[in-house]
Amino acid sequence: MSTVQTVPLVPPRRSLAERYPALRRFLRHRAALLGVGIVLFMTLLSFVGPLLMPFNATDTDIRARLAVPFAGPHVLGTDPLGRDVLARLMYAGRISLAVGFAATALSVVVGVLVGLVAGFYRGAIGAALMRFVDAMLCFPTIFLLLAVAALIEPSVTSIVLLIALASWMEVARVVEGQIRSLRERDFALAAESLGASDSRIMFRELLPNAVAPIVVAATLNIAHAILAESYISFLGFGIQPPTPSWGNMLENAQSYLTNAPWLAIVPGLAITLTVTSFNFIGDGLRDALDAKLDR
Amino acid sequence: MARYLLRRLLQSLLLLALVSVIAFAILHLAPGGPLAQFVATGDLGTEDVDRLMKQYGLDRPLPIQYLDWAGSIATGDWGNSYRDQLPVLKKIGMHVGPTLELMVSSTLLAMFIGGMIGILGAVRRYSFFDHLATIGAMVALSIPTFWFGLAVIYVFSVNLGWLPAGNRETIGDGSFIDRLQHLVAPCIVLALVSTAVWSRYMRSSMLDVVNQDYIRTAKSKGVPAMQILLRHALRNALLPMITITGLHVSTLLSGALVTETVFTWPGMGRLFLDSVSNRDYPVVMGMLMFTACMVLLGSLVADLLYSVADPRIKGASK
Repeated sequence: MSTVQTVPLVPPRRSLAERYPALRRFLRHRAALLGVGIVLFMTLLSFVGPLLMPFNATDTDIRARLAVPFAGPHVLGTDPLGRDVLARLMYAGRISLAVGFAATALSVVVGVLVGLVAGFYRGAIGAALMRFVDAMLCFPTIFLLLAVAALIEPSVTSIVLLIALASWMEVARVVEGQIRSLRERDFALAAESLGASDSRIMFRELLPNAVAPIVVAATLNIAHAILAESYISFLGFGIQPPTPSWGNMLENAQSYLTNAPWLAIVPGLAITLTVTSFNFIGDGLRDALDAKLDR
Repeated sequence: MARYLLRRLLQSLLLLALVSVIAFAILHLAPGGPLAQFVATGDLGTEDVDRLMKQYGLDRPLPIQYLDWAGSIATGDWGNSYRDQLPVLKKIGMHVGPTLELMVSSTLLAMFIGGMIGILGAVRRYSFFDHLATIGAMVALSIPTFWFGLAVIYVFSVNLGWLPAGNRETIGDGSFIDRLQHLVAPCIVLALVSTAVWSRYMRSSMLDVVNQDYIRTAKSKGVPAMQILLRHALRNALLPMITITGLHVSTLLSGALVTETVFTWPGMGRLFLDSVSNRDYPVVMGMLMFTACMVLLGSLVADLLYSVADPRIKGASK
């Protein structure tokens, strides 16, 4: 170690991917990249697409009822009321994506708070909170969603609250596990011995170190939330017509399966593509952020 | 072992009590309440509603109502349906058979197909097949169950005409073959997610086992590859899968509800959906409790089976 190395005064320019190994690992995950592409496409389609469309989601054209896709002005055909399926898909995408993101944001906030408190104050408070999480997880998700959905006035906001209510527990479990082990680490003990307050240790020391698994859990949560919206809307308890959502577009598709299968194919494909993409992104993020696997 | 069993049993009972509080709270604190639909439609006057409130005991304080309800549940009286006055347990009993039929058959199918895919993926790790199985499992987990159901109906019932599009049996027939024909499509639809889950866990479980010393020992003493795979590796890799099956009950019940709706299958999912639509509170509450019990029982049985099957657990547990 006696050789003197000449260190250039100006560090060589390095690309983003070189500076952030996690980003480099993520970029190697081809399925996750494809997922990002599809999610971007779906978002653009839903939020910008309607501006370019000559039809909107509620215009009915009785003369063009059940028009076949790829023939005429209605690219993806029309439904039994003569509404353009592509336009409906776009407007429905706004609702379904927004519900997915909003419900996830909410369940991450609740899950993080519960997990943080439970992991930090292990004893009685932690045990009580985690048993509550366990009890909530005993209800099969769709049963829980439907039981509550039937009691509330269905609206976009109430559906968001409902899905968040049924999905914060996974995040709480992830966070609790992380915080519980981080709490024993030297940096947390050091902060404690320096007299840092509980909330400072929780939010400034522990939480930043648990961001990676939270990001992964949140990404997968978006996938679950979009699926959950489609399930309850399909069953008639979610987003109510005439507001279109990917789920409620499928609500009546079953009765037209014989003569208008595109009514089922189009929205179902949109859900599957989007949910698969979020699942792949979550997978890619897990590989990228789990530094233990690297080197 | 007995102490472990007792402790797990106590834990489950405590959890069940907590579950009942949550179920009760959700349904009684939500706006509306059990009689909301009568009030909203104006079918009943104020006096009638008051009389009904008294009759069902809904005018008492919530904690009292809860204790009363929990007490009856514990003694086997789950109340009567608001709709047809039938006892809730009897109603559930009438619908649990078809759902179990669906759940058990699709689990067996998923174990077989998912298990095969997982083993092949582990044996030919990173091969084209392995990658395809990985992507396939991810897509299978992302497809909405009802949409897959519609696709199966479209292909096999509408176009090919091979399978009936719904119901559990043809009215007036009901022979074994007829019932089997009706079971195939919903069974496949419900098995999709479980197959994906099984294939993933089977693969990683096999990979864990393959690297163990006893496999190397078997190889070095010249045991044929196929025999190592089946006798030594598979038997041990199946152990953790017991747990997966037990923990999967919740997902399976949710999937069953959706599958039953698409295939008009007369099971618990249909009963629940009908009860929810009619705000039949005693049935909804009863079914929330019943399904939660099934989920709890699933994880309890999985834990116990695992501790019986794997002698190492006995030492580990106090």
